[in-house]
Amino acid sequence: MKQFLTFVKKEFHHIFRDHRTMLILIGMPIVEIILFGFAITTEVKDSKVAILDTSHDVATRHIIDEINANKYFNVVEYIHNSNDIQRVFQKGEASMVVVFEDHFYETLLHTGKAQIQVIADATDPNTATTITYYVNRIISDYQQTLMGQNKAPYQITPNIKLLFNPEMKGAYNFVPGVLGMILMLICAMMTSIAIVREKETGTMEILLVSPIKPIMIILAKMVPYFVISCFNLATVLLLSVYVLGVPVAGSLTGLILISLLFIIVSLSLGLLVSTLTHTQLAAMLVSGMVFLLPVILLSGMIFPIENMPMWMQRLSDIIPAKWYIEAVKALMIEGLGIMNILKEIGILSLMTLVFTAISLKKFNVRLD
Amino acid sequence: MSQNNELKADSNCQLSIVNYQLSSVNCQLQLPTVNCKSISKAYGSVQALKEVSIDVEAGELYGLIGPDGAGKTTLFRILTTLILADKGTSTVGGFDVVKDYKKIRSSVGYMPGRFSLYQDLTVEENLTFFANVFGTTIEENYDLIKDIYQQIEPFKTRRAGALSGGMKQKLALSCALIHKPTVLFLDEPTTGVDPVSRKEFWGMLRNLKEQGITILVSTPYMDEASLCDRIALITNGQILKVDTPQNIVSQFDNILWGVRGNNMHKLLTDLRLHPSVESCFSFGDTLHVMLNNNALTTTALTTWLSGKGHQDVTIFPIEPNVEDCFMELTKQ
Repeated sequence: MKQFLTFVKKEFHHIFRDHRTMLILIGMPIVEIILFGFAITTEVKDSKVAILDTSHDVATRHIIDEINANKYFNVVEYIHNSNDIQRVFQKGEASMVVVFEDHFYETLLHTGKAQIQVIADATDPNTATTITYYVNRIISDYQQTLMGQNKAPYQITPNIKLLFNPEMKGAYNFVPGVLGMILMLICAMMTSIAIVREKETGTMEILLVSPIKPIMIILAKMVPYFVISCFNLATVLLLSVYVLGVPVAGSLTGLILISLLFIIVSLSLGLLVSTLTHTQLAAMLVSGMVFLLPVILLSGMIFPIENMPMWMQRLSDIIPAKWYIEAVKALMIEGLGIMNILKEIGILSLMTLVFTAISLKKFNVRLD
Repeated sequence: MSQNNELKADSNCQLSIVNYQLSSVNCQLQLPTVNCKSISKAYGSVQALKEVSIDVEAGELYGLIGPDGAGKTTLFRILTTLILADKGTSTVGGFDVVKDYKKIRSSVGYMPGRFSLYQDLTVEENLTFFANVFGTTIEENYDLIKDIYQQIEPFKTRRAGALSGGMKQKLALSCALIHKPTVLFLDEPTTGVDPVSRKEFWGMLRNLKEQGITILVSTPYMDEASLCDRIALITNGQILKVDTPQNIVSQFDNILWGVRGNNMHKLLTDLRLHPSVESCFSFGDTLHVMLNNNALTTTALTTWLSGKGHQDVTIFPIEPNVEDCFMELTKQ
């Protein structure tokens, strides 16, 4: 036991004395949460709108005011010529131009039909769809008020309710994803690199020629990364709750439990990588390419799994982070209890067993 | 008794097997501290060791002398249970390197060729770490490492990575000794160390030997061979000869001449052209020349050399050293 503690102490020395790595380990989660929370966002906010209105009547003014009052839009420019539309888009002055036909209100009153052209920059298709949808809503709302005056006989009003994330905040989606990514990065990648470093620098040679059991060397390597991961888990959760305003709607105990389980899965993956590779570079590439990239792409963090082709959905099943992110979403956002994530707990436990079994089988008590 | 045996052939057979096993047990007790029997090891198509057999007696300072790539490190790794041999058996301290590897690992000290301590830990932290790994403390075995450790103790708060080459070796040796090993394996401990530190290092080894530790040391430097009790000359994975350095030198059966001149390089190439010169190697400021024709006199050779334009050539008989013997043996 004393030997084990000596090892753990030595590992902490290694980590604390490498200031740059230390900074990355502690700083990265904070930076990532803040980046995703404020900078990299898929939410549509303050889209710049240009208006081409030659009518200047009651109706167009009403609609323009409505658009401007909406928090998604910001009317930045009034243009007077259809030739200017091209310029506005090319210079990036606006992402949408709303064009009213000549004599808008008059035409509407006399023929009962008037036209508005909505031109959007579809370089980013999602944003374009979203903002045109919003403009549509504003226009149909106006139509309703007009019809309200005329007392239309039948009226169907869809009453849409957005569950769990009524404000459509992006943070609800990426907090679980970032958690999964960071824990995977620190546990799997850093642990495997730390173990392989001993092989590369030759210290493993001396450690093997000693009474200590090789498996103890490995376990001792994992302890500091386990501690750091727990610390990061706490910072990410605190930041999400108090800075981004994402609540922990469900069971906090369940959330901590599943996170600890995910940390253990990632540690066992790191152990597996370390038994299969011989250089730090190889360990880094394997963890980066085989674990990190799929975690980002296939875990549902950025792209919804439901939209993927069937074979890719099956592929995502073998990624631990997918199950973790699913469970975290259930606990944090949907407000479910621990009983609802038993399936995820089961799958992650099974993965731990499999990874550990393979590593132990592959583990070599000698060199090469 | 003999009648009995003839009647019961079966039990006789068993009896002899038992006897045989007993004698093999006895044999093992008398085995030398390190024993290799026809060890072979290949890395892919490269045969690193071919049928190597060595015996190191208890308390001996045993040198494994050979050039780079001779197979020294491979043999050390097999003996320290780090790799498995393809063929052959070895024991260290009476324990088999394959079956009883755990017992060997806790009783021997090993210092690999490359500096393999933690560069980001201080001198003291490294030593404490290795002491604790072996379940001991610095204080407990301080006597053994005192002479060596005292020299680096003033720098004990310095990181190991910031030490000089000689100090690194002293620290590595201290770490390998801290658990009072019965056998010490030192793989090229003096490679890359300055001549003064090398001399000092060998002094330390003699002191350790006096404290009863069996030491197996490898080195590519032939001049260090004479400091060992016994040496094994190894090249291309094969042992050429095992003996005391004195015996190896005295078995050199040719006369060796030392040759010096003004233009040493030209002298070397010219001498090698002479039909009666068997071999000619450069050793520091002198050429070691072996002749295949003892009838050739030094005066005749001097005359021949001055014909080639060499002035002030001196030729004198010299005592062969281990390197001469090694060169001679590799030729055979």
